[in-house]
Amino acid sequence: MSNEATLHSQQEVMHGAAAHGHGHDDHEHHHEGGFISKYVFSMDHKTIAKQFLITGILWAIVGAFFSVLFRLQLGFPDTSFPWLESILGHWAKGGHISPEAYYALVTMHGTILVFFVLTAGLSGTFSNLLIPLQVGARDMASPFMNMLSYWFFFMASCVMMCSLFVQTGPASGGWTSYPPLSALGDASIGSKIGMDLWLTSMALFVVSQLLGGLNYISTILNMRTKGMSMTKLPLTIWSFFFTAVLGVLSFPVLLSGFILLLFDRHAGTSFYLSELFVAGKALSNEGGSAILYQHLFWFLGHPEVYIIILPAMGMVSEILAVNARKPIFGYLAMVGSMFAIAILAFLVWAHHMFVTGLNPFLGAFFVLLTLLIAVPSAIKVFNWITTIWRGNIRFTPGMLFSIGFVSTFISGGLTGIWLGNSSIDIHLHDTYFVIAHFHIVMGVSAFFGTFAGVYHWFPKMFGRYLNNTLSYIHFWITLLGAYLIFWPMHYEGMAGMPRRYYDYSNWESFKQFGDLNHFISIVVIIVFAAQLMFVFNFFYSIFKGRKLTTTNPWSSTTLEWTTPINPGHGNWPGEIPEVYRWPYDYSKDGVDFIPQTVPLSKDEEAAGGH
Amino acid sequence: MQAMSVQRNKIHPHKYSLWIAMGSITMMFIGFTSAYVVKRAQANWFTFQLPMIFWISTAIILSSSFTVQMAVKQFRNRHMQRYKQLITLTAVLGVAFAVCQWIGFMQMNAMGLPLNGPASVSFIYVIVSVHLLHVLGGVVALLIMFGRAFRTRVRTYSPVPIEVAATYWHFVDALWIYLLIFLSIAR
Repeated sequence: MSNEATLHSQQEVMHGAAAHGHGHDDHEHHHEGGFISKYVFSMDHKTIAKQFLITGILWAIVGAFFSVLFRLQLGFPDTSFPWLESILGHWAKGGHISPEAYYALVTMHGTILVFFVLTAGLSGTFSNLLIPLQVGARDMASPFMNMLSYWFFFMASCVMMCSLFVQTGPASGGWTSYPPLSALGDASIGSKIGMDLWLTSMALFVVSQLLGGLNYISTILNMRTKGMSMTKLPLTIWSFFFTAVLGVLSFPVLLSGFILLLFDRHAGTSFYLSELFVAGKALSNEGGSAILYQHLFWFLGHPEVYIIILPAMGMVSEILAVNARKPIFGYLAMVGSMFAIAILAFLVWAHHMFVTGLNPFLGAFFVLLTLLIAVPSAIKVFNWITTIWRGNIRFTPGMLFSIGFVSTFISGGLTGIWLGNSSIDIHLHDTYFVIAHFHIVMGVSAFFGTFAGVYHWFPKMFGRYLNNTLSYIHFWITLLGAYLIFWPMHYEGMAGMPRRYYDYSNWESFKQFGDLNHFISIVVIIVFAAQLMFVFNFFYSIFKGRKLTTTNPWSSTTLEWTTPINPGHGNWPGEIPEVYRWPYDYSKDGVDFIPQTVPLSKDEEAAGGH
Repeated sequence: MQAMSVQRNKIHPHKYSLWIAMGSITMMFIGFTSAYVVKRAQANWFTFQLPMIFWISTAIILSSSFTVQMAVKQFRNRHMQRYKQLITLTAVLGVAFAVCQWIGFMQMNAMGLPLNGPASVSFIYVIVSVHLLHVLGGVVALLIMFGRAFRTRVRTYSPVPIEVAATYWHFVDALWIYLLIFLSIAR
């Protein structure tokens, strides 16, 4: 029996129903080596991970390029760029981005980065790659559903990409798509067909996330190898687990919000609409509540930021321990704090809505719960720092990005304590302070986690290394650039400069920031160029990078490095390794590292495991 | 090539995934029903009687749960003829349920309660039709089972697919009963 057949029939074998090995009956009989089944409609979790990663990278280029375009408008409002007209056509007449195009660019930048890059590109890539490899499974619980998860994401991508090219432009009411603006086609050109495509694309995206999340959870809980108890899981797996739980519980609520929005747009219902005038004409809609949408949206929207940051946290924990050659500090505290974050994620959504007329007494509870998040976050930061404290640090690119993650997570997280207080938020709401806060703590940090993961697991994915020099240049430009871009925005925000405005040069109070905006935009262009260099490094190294000569290049303890350099579908030839110890036995008893597969010695057993 | 050992699982992975999926679907309806509760607490909430036919459709979907459970039993005992009849019957009951819901919509429309009426009415249409889509998904699953049962070239002995389908069927049944009770009480 071929290995493919083993993989697909094992379920029947395990459950004692199949009389013989060929009892598997249907779909999935493909042969090794067929191009389509190996690289396109693959059910191998490792290939699906690469598909998510490469699609995510392509989206990241688009999303980041959009930010370059709108930063040109913000930094150089009086300068004309004729080349803009040649790529954007009537959206940039005379080399100036039109207001409609500006809002479309901002909206798509948010949508693409939050959902397509930092959700699908981050947890889609690394959950797929690492869950089966690190828990010791042949593949996901349902490889077929896993493949569907990618292809739903692909369809969502196609629809979103198409929406960029329709005549009235893509959705442009902000990535949150608040009604009534998003519900009324007459309210803005971005709320016409572009908004429908946006909703369609997001519905497909939700399906993709649910299919993926189901698989991640059932694989982690149900398919761990022998000896891999939950407390022997690497922290990466714990973080993917909580991420998937958050996604599975919150994305459906977003979908119900979108369904009601679609009905309001096309069936004349009034869930969100009431007493509106558009272009001087009264609408018949009555009795709806726009705030209802915000509740449904932020019930996902807030867990969504943890869906983005938790995988980064997990990967950073792992990479810091490996490269500091020290066990992670406070393993159970790390798990506990992630659990606390996952619970609190569902209880704080209204802190996005302090200025919607929310009852101040209710607001006080949300302030309290929001500030509580500082506790698990601080525990995690403390543990990361104590993990590398007096470690034997190897400054690999993955390690640098992990340290960078801790840095940006602290500086972005602290401003969260400001914004979590409703009294301060009322002043800072919808200003550049908020932009600075969430870009550093969620955007930049999650990107640093992603980069750390790519640099660390690239050898496992492609059997080659990335170029180190380019990696170091990439790190330093990105770290310095991120701070130079977002740090000044705090000052703009404290001065009350509102976000989403097209041009600030007409305001006496914000004129002073003209040079600062100019400076930020220049840094944005430099940082964008550095990211393109990373993309070059990535694709070049897939084909031409230095080849791996050892299965365990980072001297790591976890199971993924016990597979062959280029593992086939099924990951381990022969037996799946058995696990005897936790994943952080670094520098123990004078030994550099002890893989999870090494049985406990007599002394260790006497001491009670780790 | 070395032969691979077999994967360990505690519960069948498809069954496990189904349970998580059911949790996820439940969250979606919790989303709808909590939106309903929030909306209801606001001014000008319009109340009306639900069409009686929704109770008939409840009886239909309840009886289909019995037939699908009997189908699982017949499959385990390899009484394939009875099994085929029972899943056909279940699918027919599923379609009958859909028809009843549709008639319910027509009746509401005739009573002057159209989809674009007050929000309390719109909610009924949306919630009932999204639930109906989930029932129809179950009907499609049963049709696939039906197709498999008639194949002669490959025979299936694993009861897992029909067990998964039956669990899902009970789930949409229970979901409907929850929704009906909710919509009857919270009016």
